Amino acid sequence: MHLDKIQLINFKNYKSLQFDFNGKVNGIVGSNGCGKTNLLDAIHYLSFCKSYFSGQDIFSIKFDEELFAIHGVFSNPELNTIDKISCTYKKGARKVMKSNGKEYERLSDHIGRYPLIMVSPYDNDIINGGSELRRKFFDVIISQFDKEYLYQLISYQKLIMQRNAVLKQCNETRNYDMSLIQIFDNQLIPLGYSIFEKRKAFIAEILPIFKNYYSQLSGNQEEVDIVYESGLEKCSFEEGLKSTSQVDFRLGFTNFGVHKDDYLFYIGSDKPIKRFGSQGQQKSFSLALKLSQFDYIFSKTKRKPILLLDDIFDKLDPKRIAHLLDLVGEKFFGQVFISDTDKNRLHQILNEYHIEHTLYDINTQKMI
Amino acid sequence: MIQNFSKILDKAIEEIAKLPGIGRRTALRLALHLHQLENIEVEQLLSAISRLKSELHTCQECHNLSDTPVCTICTNPKRNHQLICVVQDIRDVIAIEATHQFNGVYHVLGGIISPINGIGPEQLTLEHLFEKINNNPVEEVILALPTTVEGDTTNFFIYQNISDKVKVVSTIARGIGVGEELEFTDEVTLGRSLIGRTNFETAYSKNN
Ligand SMILES: [Zn+2]
Repeated sequence: MHLDKIQLINFKNYKSLQFDFNGKVNGIVGSNGCGKTNLLDAIHYLSFCKSYFSGQDIFSIKFDEELFAIHGVFSNPELNTIDKISCTYKKGARKVMKSNGKEYERLSDHIGRYPLIMVSPYDNDIINGGSELRRKFFDVIISQFDKEYLYQLISYQKLIMQRNAVLKQCNETRNYDMSLIQIFDNQLIPLGYSIFEKRKAFIAEILPIFKNYYSQLSGNQEEVDIVYESGLEKCSFEEGLKSTSQVDFRLGFTNFGVHKDDYLFYIGSDKPIKRFGSQGQQKSFSLALKLSQFDYIFSKTKRKPILLLDDIFDKLDPKRIAHLLDLVGEKFFGQVFISDTDKNRLHQILNEYHIEHTLYDINTQKMI
Repeated sequence: MIQNFSKILDKAIEEIAKLPGIGRRTALRLALHLHQLENIEVEQLLSAISRLKSELHTCQECHNLSDTPVCTICTNPKRNHQLICVVQDIRDVIAIEATHQFNGVYHVLGGIISPINGIGPEQLTLEHLFEKINNNPVEEVILALPTTVEGDTTNFFIYQNISDKVKVVSTIARGIGVGEELEFTDEVTLGRSLIGRTNFETAYSKNN
């Protein structure tokens, strides 16, 4: 399944744009700031109904315009089907997602139909940013295929918010009523254990795949590891909540639970990659995470996600690029989009690896 | 939308626009319409609104709306007073009555526990419910609250306070979509889930 055609109207820097793509490797070239990433983001919209970068659709409308529209044509050669997908957003109105002219009742009905993975220069945030980014990255993957997990996660977060509100009120009124706290705890505990077990199982499942990708990308150089870290490994949820209860009341929020979980990323045997990894090693790490996500989605859906590789050549050293292109050349991936500022470099490098491809020049809006 | 020529019209628009779901444009349309009405029609409307405030009571027994101090459901001897259905608000009473599947009486909480929104147990009619059950033990209490985190929290709170005085505490069957509000559930589904209600304790342990 791949994207055959895209048309943009007033999307970000584009007044209008139209391209026909091939089902394999598509190179997007153009000078800096001409909108290569924006084109990839439009493709992201067609899959996830939203931007990869900005939470607000209003920022995706071209300056001084009232609305944007993205039209895409997806084909599935195995099922011999063609679907027209469109995403339109008008200032002050709600976003409309359509499949073959028919509007989706809920955006969530569309998400997952055309799986996609974006590899972006910003991916290093998952290594260097706060633990919430890592939790979110893994939670999104798990909940894509486990709606029960998603429901548990949402309920858990709501309960924590309600519990925190009680803690704050207790603090203000100096009236420490435990009965409500107890009711929230009784509901949190089973949910917390379930989330904990699912996160643990997910890391165990994805770790060998991840290690394999990392060693392929780095040329088998160094060991890496992901360790899921949760307070629930050290003591029971009940004990944990009891032990932090005084601090909870003083600070007005809950200090123990799976909302404090983290994933530790190691290089060598036990060195945090955040501090000890080179830029190249960190790049390989985040890229291997994304590619593991590719495998996971493929194993669950038997569909190969569309792979968007944004500006990867600038940050990866030639050796790692070579290993990545070996992977692309092996044809394990489905449709791939690669953006680069230098069209000659991209053309050369893809030829070198005997990767059939088409190049699209953003500046001239033409196929090369 | 503010006119320069009439302070009276402005004031009318301002008041009407305070109503839920009414913007200033609609408020203007309604104000002009009201101005066109016959005197008698305006008086009828005014009196209806005014009686809504002065003569409509909340039932002393169940906190449902009523023209009399105690509502017609609570005073109906044919209804089963050993069966109390606990609901969030009056709209739920109307929804459940429309199913014709329920012959017990109600207790309207006036909300559900949500500390984020400043609603603790003491803001609701919970104390009265516990007092009623303490003084007059009943056979069964049905918890018909929304299947949300806040609904569940309220269920637990009630259960903790009444479980030793009531033979059966049940909750409406979770055939209702998780997270859906009772008011928006169609009558058939709601009727069925009342018949297929489940014991609260077992329902909760099944769900988690
Ligand atoms: Zn009554």
